[in-house]
Amino acid sequence: MNRAPRSGWESGGCPVAGRTPRNGRRVWKVRWWEAGGARRSRLWPGRWARLTAPARRTMAQFLFEADLHGLLKLDTPIPNAPPARWQRKAKESGPGPSPVGVSPMKPANRSHSSSKTPSKTPGKSGSKIQSTPTKAGGDRYIPNRSTMQMEMANFLLTKENDPAEESPTKKEQQKAWAVNLNGFDVEEAKILRLSGKPQNAPEGYQNNLKVLYSQKMTPGSSRKNSRYIPSMPDRILDAPEIRNDYYLNLIDWSSQNFLAVALDNSVYLWNHASGEIIQLLQMEQPDVYISSVSWIKEGNYLAVGTSSAEVQLWDIQQQKRLRNMTSHCARVGTLSWNSYILSSGARTGHIHHHDVRVAEHHVATLAGHTQEVCGLKWSLDGRYLASGGNDNLVNVWPCTQGGGGDFAPVQTFTQHQGAVKAVAWCPWQMNVLATGGGTSDRHIRIWNVCSGACLSSVDAHSQVCSILWSTNYKEFISGHGFAQNQLVIWKYPTMTKVAELQGHTARILNLTMSPDGTTVASAAADETLRLWRCFEMDPIKKKEKEKANSAKSSIIHQSIR
Amino acid sequence: QQLGREHQGITLRGSAELVAEFFSYGINSILYQRGIYPPETFTRVQKYGLTLLVTTDPELANYLNNVTEQMKEWLYKCIVQRLVVVISSIESSEVLERWQFDIECDKTAKDDNGPREKSQKAIQDEIRSVIRQITATVTFLPLLESACAFDLLIYTDKDLAVPEKWEESGPQFIANSEEVRLRSFTTTIHKVNTTVAYKKDPAP
Repeated sequence: MNRAPRSGWESGGCPVAGRTPRNGRRVWKVRWWEAGGARRSRLWPGRWARLTAPARRTMAQFLFEADLHGLLKLDTPIPNAPPARWQRKAKESGPGPSPVGVSPMKPANRSHSSSKTPSKTPGKSGSKIQSTPTKAGGDRYIPNRSTMQMEMANFLLTKENDPAEESPTKKEQQKAWAVNLNGFDVEEAKILRLSGKPQNAPEGYQNNLKVLYSQKMTPGSSRKNSRYIPSMPDRILDAPEIRNDYYLNLIDWSSQNFLAVALDNSVYLWNHASGEIIQLLQMEQPDVYISSVSWIKEGNYLAVGTSSAEVQLWDIQQQKRLRNMTSHCARVGTLSWNSYILSSGARTGHIHHHDVRVAEHHVATLAGHTQEVCGLKWSLDGRYLASGGNDNLVNVWPCTQGGGGDFAPVQTFTQHQGAVKAVAWCPWQMNVLATGGGTSDRHIRIWNVCSGACLSSVDAHSQVCSILWSTNYKEFISGHGFAQNQLVIWKYPTMTKVAELQGHTARILNLTMSPDGTTVASAAADETLRLWRCFEMDPIKKKEKEKANSAKSSIIHQSIR
Repeated sequence: QQLGREHQGITLRGSAELVAEFFSYGINSILYQRGIYPPETFTRVQKYGLTLLVTTDPELANYLNNVTEQMKEWLYKCIVQRLVVVISSIESSEVLERWQFDIECDKTAKDDNGPREKSQKAIQDEIRSVIRQITATVTFLPLLESACAFDLLIYTDKDLAVPEKWEESGPQFIANSEEVRLRSFTTTIHKVNTTVAYKKDPAP
């Protein structure tokens, strides 16, 4: 700043520096309180200064004394000093802002890092001269702090004092710092870049993920479905403390119309017909939670998997625990029944078969996953077991051992790019399996497990937690997470969307179907269970179906006689 | 042909090929998962027992091929230290993400000519874990809002003559970044550590 030196103490020269400001440089005095002044208040309005950190440390004492002297000696008032705080406040409440700009008391003005030190030679000045008007962050000495090259200035000033040769230890130290900062030894390596970059993605290409995550409502697909699917749930149940863990399977609906829900360390049974709620069990050990529940086909026994690697079997009528089967070493996240065989999948990636009728329950081990098994389903005819894991694999296991006595999967599907928790067998077509991938994948795939072919694949644009096939219609339903937390009903095999059921405010964790196949229950991280009556049979069609079923049975009767 | 290799053990050339291959598939995965190029320009291939996505765009494939070939050579000579994939916004040229693959080379492998004992399968398993982790990073990496471009940087020994088509460059660090370290894998000759650094979300 090329201003003429002012009168008063400034033109009189700084007793500390022994210089005059005629060369255009400002002179500084240490701030009273920074020098360790006993009183943390401004002695004199507007008198303040800056020093570099190291200089300040060494010179503080000296400057403090000098300052004191200076203050005591001062005869004339300071003209053009920044106004005192009280003056400023008065002005602010009055008309217009202060003409001087920002007061020196504001923290923005304090630059602890560096400034021009008065004891250095005046010739070297690395800082730029500013004549712009004062702005926020600036002051009357340095109006625009951000354009000042403070560090550069300080470096140029202080390097004169540094010894010319650095001691070898210092060099080592600096080198160590450089390696630390850069991650490699700058002296030893260089960075190369292949020139001639390929074409960037075409104009107008919006990042796929952005489209995915900023989706609001998908435009209504041309729905030609003839049936009415209510968009609101039939019922909403409270599920407090439900664990928000993608890898667990916390709800199941029995053939006796009981919905079992695992809430942290307890299991509750909700009678759909009567609405009654029973607390079946609560874990005794602290910090142990339920990680999976599964009803036996008949609906009188419930299998419970825990985080303490146990698989328990409970009798519902007596509300008593029948068995506690321990064979795993990590939490049991998923269970599936095949008549008297209970299969359990654990965090280790192992699947165990338990024969619940005998004492030595652990009859087989299936090692096909290297990470947590989160999806496990026996096919309806009991011939295959499908398992999905956090290692993105889907394995299809036979019900009988191979030649060597070991179980080996008949199929392994690697196409999913995310954890596969959603696994479901088609009830009306043999050997057809549906799987859904997690956040990194978001696809639903349909497979034929005999040929190993992927029959179809559709991008669901959202984490798939569960898939259920309908027994009443040729459709299946999938549960999703971020961003819409919706259930989607798809037509099979055309893979078109029939309906989207919205309502959950957090990601859906599990789906289960009622025994009559009309209602789907969804449990979500928003601590609710919603019951959707989406597969309601048309009464006329229902009668037809019943007739067909009874006709079949009567034919059989005849033949047996 | 893979079975044959398994019995032979790992040679320096074999290791260089494995690592260069990993980089090729790894970079393709990053480009697909982060959405740098449209997903429909990628096709699925089977590798490492996984389904991986590689680009079908001829220019991009050619570009990546150049890099892979060069990497193979440099890995064989043990003079490359690091491969970095820099993802920056096209408009603001700001670096948003930085994938860093550190390479530690056992230089004694150049001298002794006998192959090292490590099964192909074990290495494949390790590589598979790393690639799966790269895929899974989409669950926590911040969304890339604007259109992005990528750059490949290679850190080599200082005295390497710069080949044609390559130029010197700066490190292109991210200011104020969050770093996540992924798994590493080793062929006993080359060890690769992977980290991803991304720009910290500005405090609301």
